[in-house]
Amino acid sequence: MVASASLIAEVSGATHVYGKVRALDNVSLELPSGRMAGVIGPDGAGKSTLLGLIAGARKIQTGSVAVLGGDMGNARHRRSVCTRIAYMPQGLGKNLYQEISVRENLTFFATLFGLSASERDARTHRLAAATGLLPFLDRPAGKLSGGMKQKLGLCCALIHDPDLLILDEPTTGVDPLSRRQFWNLIGDLRRERPTMSVVVSTAYMDEASHCDWLIVMDHARVLASGTADELRAKTGEQDLEAVFVALQPEQKSASQRLVIPPREPSTEPPVIVAKNLTCRFGSFTAVDRVSFAIERGEIFGFLGSNGSGKTTTMKMLTGLLAPSEGEAEVCGKPVDANDLSVRRRVGFMSQSFSLYGELTVRQNLLLHARLFHLAADHAKHRIAELLVDVGLGDYADAEANSLPLGVRQRLSLAVAIVHDPELLILDEPTSGVDPQARDEFWRLLGDLSRSRNVTIFVSTHFMSEAMRCDRISLMHAGRVLVCDTPQNVIVSKGSVDLEEAFIAYIEDAEASSSTSEAAAVPAETLRNVEAASPGRSAFMPLRRLLAYAKCETLSLRRDPVRLVFAFLGSFIMLLIFGFGVSSDVTNLTYAAFDHDNTPESRNYLANFSSSRYFTEKTPIRSVEEMQQRLKSNDVTLAIEIPPGFGRLVQRGSDWQVSAWIDGANTSRAATIEGYVESAHNLFSEQRDRESSTPASSNPKTNMVFRYRYNPTAESIYSIGPAVPAMLLMMFLAILTAVSVAREKEIGTITNFYATPTTRLEFLIGKQLPYIGVGMINFLIMTATVVFLFEVPLKGDGFTLALGALLYVAAATGYGLFISTFTSSQVAAVFAGAVLSLLPTMQFSGMMQPVSTLEGGARLMGYLWPTSYYMHMSVGAFTKGLGFGDMATDLLALTLFCPAFLLLSALLLRKQEK
Amino acid sequence: MRSLSNIFWLGTKELRTLSKDLMMILFIIYSFGISIYTQSTGAGETVNNASIAIVDEDNSSLSRSIAGLFYPPYFQTAKMISAADIDRTMDEGLYTLVVVIPPRFEADVRKGRDVDVQVNVDATAVQQASLGAGYIQSMVTDEVKRYRQETAQTTGLSSDLVIRRAFNPNGTQSWFRAIVGLADQLSMLIIILTGAALLREREHGTIEHLLVMPLTAFEIALAKVWSSGLVIFIGFICSLLFVVEGLLDVPIAGSRGLLLLGTIIYIFATAAIGIFLGTLARTMAQFALLMMMFVMPMMMLSGGMSPIESQPQWVQYVTWFFPSRHYVSFMQAIVYRGAGLDIVWKEFVTVLVMGVTFLAVSLVLFRQSVATLR
Repeated sequence: MVASASLIAEVSGATHVYGKVRALDNVSLELPSGRMAGVIGPDGAGKSTLLGLIAGARKIQTGSVAVLGGDMGNARHRRSVCTRIAYMPQGLGKNLYQEISVRENLTFFATLFGLSASERDARTHRLAAATGLLPFLDRPAGKLSGGMKQKLGLCCALIHDPDLLILDEPTTGVDPLSRRQFWNLIGDLRRERPTMSVVVSTAYMDEASHCDWLIVMDHARVLASGTADELRAKTGEQDLEAVFVALQPEQKSASQRLVIPPREPSTEPPVIVAKNLTCRFGSFTAVDRVSFAIERGEIFGFLGSNGSGKTTTMKMLTGLLAPSEGEAEVCGKPVDANDLSVRRRVGFMSQSFSLYGELTVRQNLLLHARLFHLAADHAKHRIAELLVDVGLGDYADAEANSLPLGVRQRLSLAVAIVHDPELLILDEPTSGVDPQARDEFWRLLGDLSRSRNVTIFVSTHFMSEAMRCDRISLMHAGRVLVCDTPQNVIVSKGSVDLEEAFIAYIEDAEASSSTSEAAAVPAETLRNVEAASPGRSAFMPLRRLLAYAKCETLSLRRDPVRLVFAFLGSFIMLLIFGFGVSSDVTNLTYAAFDHDNTPESRNYLANFSSSRYFTEKTPIRSVEEMQQRLKSNDVTLAIEIPPGFGRLVQRGSDWQVSAWIDGANTSRAATIEGYVESAHNLFSEQRDRESSTPASSNPKTNMVFRYRYNPTAESIYSIGPAVPAMLLMMFLAILTAVSVAREKEIGTITNFYATPTTRLEFLIGKQLPYIGVGMINFLIMTATVVFLFEVPLKGDGFTLALGALLYVAAATGYGLFISTFTSSQVAAVFAGAVLSLLPTMQFSGMMQPVSTLEGGARLMGYLWPTSYYMHMSVGAFTKGLGFGDMATDLLALTLFCPAFLLLSALLLRKQEK
Repeated sequence: MRSLSNIFWLGTKELRTLSKDLMMILFIIYSFGISIYTQSTGAGETVNNASIAIVDEDNSSLSRSIAGLFYPPYFQTAKMISAADIDRTMDEGLYTLVVVIPPRFEADVRKGRDVDVQVNVDATAVQQASLGAGYIQSMVTDEVKRYRQETAQTTGLSSDLVIRRAFNPNGTQSWFRAIVGLADQLSMLIIILTGAALLREREHGTIEHLLVMPLTAFEIALAKVWSSGLVIFIGFICSLLFVVEGLLDVPIAGSRGLLLLGTIIYIFATAAIGIFLGTLARTMAQFALLMMMFVMPMMMLSGGMSPIESQPQWVQYVTWFFPSRHYVSFMQAIVYRGAGLDIVWKEFVTVLVMGVTFLAVSLVLFRQSVATLR
């Protein structure tokens, strides 16, 4: 067909499996260069996997993929060609950093691909101008509308002027106006640079007509490929949708065109009435004076561009949001969040297909039947009926998570109608679902409306679906522009179809409002964009590393919650622990059980009542009372003086006293024991001195204790320097682990897969900002300890700071290590926190020196960086140690960070599975 | 009745979800098993393996026999060092305790003179230092006394102090640590489990789905409380039977039924805190950080790590609001002291009232937070 020299990509025998699911089954295909190739097929056909393989972002399992004249299984080739490929993954702005601005996103990508500052500025300006993003360069990417995000994604992909542009479902979930603008933009780009090849996947058949080469996929296989005309000739169909259906295997193509019979006019009062509904979030008006009335049995379509207020309106109708102004009535009653009776008559299906993924289809249905209190036998009957009606029979015992999107969406519907509601509210139920599954879905809706007289309120982006509604309303920027039957809407603008009418309405609305954001007409073309030469500088690794560090710093700075935790959290905790934790045992409650009651016994007890350690309680009078009071924690110490004590002491013969200590808290009991002994010795020495004549005095053994480093033995001197060591570890490990896991969860990790960034550049780049956070924390906490707790820093502060730097690097390194084997933020956080909690709090020498631990605990202590830093910190503060004394700890700390980094780099994958 | 059935069925859903979450299950097993075991046994006795050195400037049979007094498990075998090394070795933290026996020590004892023994204590290791010093004092004095008696120069009176430890006669450290560890893990797990259950619904968008059904916020929250509580309660019972009583041989003096009843009340109160935190946090990452801010003080300031009585008065007022403080307190009362309901009922009621209050507050917040979603 095509000479192999002009092939941009060649796939042969590629098979890709996720668990048990086959995403690609022995796929072979050739893509000619300089074309606009469209990959079309239903959801779950394997389109994304194929594109990921071509982009080099996914690891090849079986088969071979050659792109730009080399094997993509070869890491060296991948590295050398990835600067010529641009990959935009599926999902609205999925590879963009939402917290940072449009300009910062573009700069980030430009740096990863090694553009010089002047090249970068020139291209940023031109691309932004061409896409209409120029006025929004300083807006955070997360605040852009869906269509704008896609345009920004495209700009980021084009910043390094690639030879191959790969776009994975760039227009899914985008409104028709934005879609049209997007395709025009791509058309312009291709005219500017005809040599650039584009591969784009889509679920919209009408978009396939923009492509000059088509690949039709279904069920992990390629059904056909070639130019549109070749395919038309092959199937004998003209319409591309028909071509697609004709290419399907026999049993699947049997569906006929869906027709929903016309509706009988209803005489009943309307089911939904909205009067001047308004919703404001701060100064932003999301929904502005919206009014409509919907009759029983009507299918009411709710259309509008992204962010126009459709979902907000639906939330107000369901009582999830309280309207700022205006009123809404559902089923003849005003919407009230606390009125449960209306909710039993309404079914709701939200945008995100709210199912419990871990439950099977049947369990999901059963749970909802029970929550709506269907009688047991009725529920059983109803579920059996639904499984047949909705076509879920084959999946009844499959987990909801494992189902294809189309089936999940049918299950969502089944769940929403399990209690036979009179009204069904559906928020974009078919977004991302392929045409056949959508038809199936609408067949069900039509049946519900016409034969069961259920009122249906549905929002959608698909014009073909809108055409099936009895009436539609078009929303834009919070206002309803038009509300009528689809035919009347088309006629009112004199358009050929609904899509054109839709665009005409929005353009009119925008022309009338000056505050609109979508001034999307290309102000400047891309002409004269000079070819960017990818940088070959020796500093490239450093620049990429810094690009990641800068991006992370900016995101962190704009996330107030993480920022507050990072700085205030550790400070507050230090205060709590500094004031709260103390092993100085004082205020011990004790009571005397004095059988004797003589001056001597009172004298003995005076040693306790005058001590600051003890607090006296009412005396004990019986053995039972003593036991009872120890038991109820009224006293922790009981001193029993036997009868005749005074007489024996007078005589100087053997006398005895008993002390009962509450042994529940063992370390406290040991301390009390020491106190009691010294009080006792004090008394016996006094007696010795008084009773003996100087000549016959007994020789004494004096113990002279020198409490070094902490003469008053106050625990703040050990707690003050120790707690920062603990807090630095806990907070930094969590923050770092989350930062990488977040990339994985949100999808920005694709930038690491698809750019020349190496593992170490990525890891260290992520780590650097948190080392900064750690050092600032170190300074704050050291200042707190010195000035607030008044623990002087006697030793070498610079050595301590150096140790802190190494320790902070180790703690963040541990966070990175955790994040490499966890895939979600939850897992990262809990693994990071819980696994480090025990060694940090218990085995690092805070409560007792590591050398005194036993077995596994001791080993954990020695293998944990906190032990060394804690030792250093306590030594530097209280013992006045200098560099020489702390050298061994420093040496040990130096080893942790490289070790963690190395482990992380080994575990981190450069490609997706 | 309808409400009860809703709470029950929603709870079974939580249990099903949890049973599919392998990481959570492993995590629970680790916390209730390995973690408690290492924590209890790892610390050894109150004074354990204390590093000690002797400066023997006398070098007599008495001084050598004093040096021979120190042996494991309380002390590491004593090292002999010279007086010049004291400062350096202690600075490096090699020894916590250094005993200095002066020249002519034995001779002075023989002659019936007063003698001095100097003990250098590294007071930065506060607990080891003071307890170790106490042990050294009684060991050295006893040894000298024995020597004097042998050389028959003492005529003195004997006075005696009999110390008995109630509830844990041998002062076995692992008894105390096991119970404290159990309370710590219980608090942490229940907060994580309930909070994460709530956030999972929020992150997957299913929370809105629940709120448009004929369910109240109260039912949704209580379902999570009972289901997570049940899992943790079972974990607690297993840990109590197999780890605490089985492996660690901790005797339980009081009624097990009472302990379990108290634990149920505590689980309820802590689960309410979990719901509360789950409501405050917007994302799982925020929740984890919030959780650490709550759990770390709960672990450190509830009487397990350092006694409540030692806290400054104002901190004591603050920690009074931690349910864990009351839990640790009545747990100790039941397990060691064998206290009955007549003693612990006040703390039971306190914890219960706290639980109800937390739950009420978080329910109000919960409704509000859903309303301001997006």
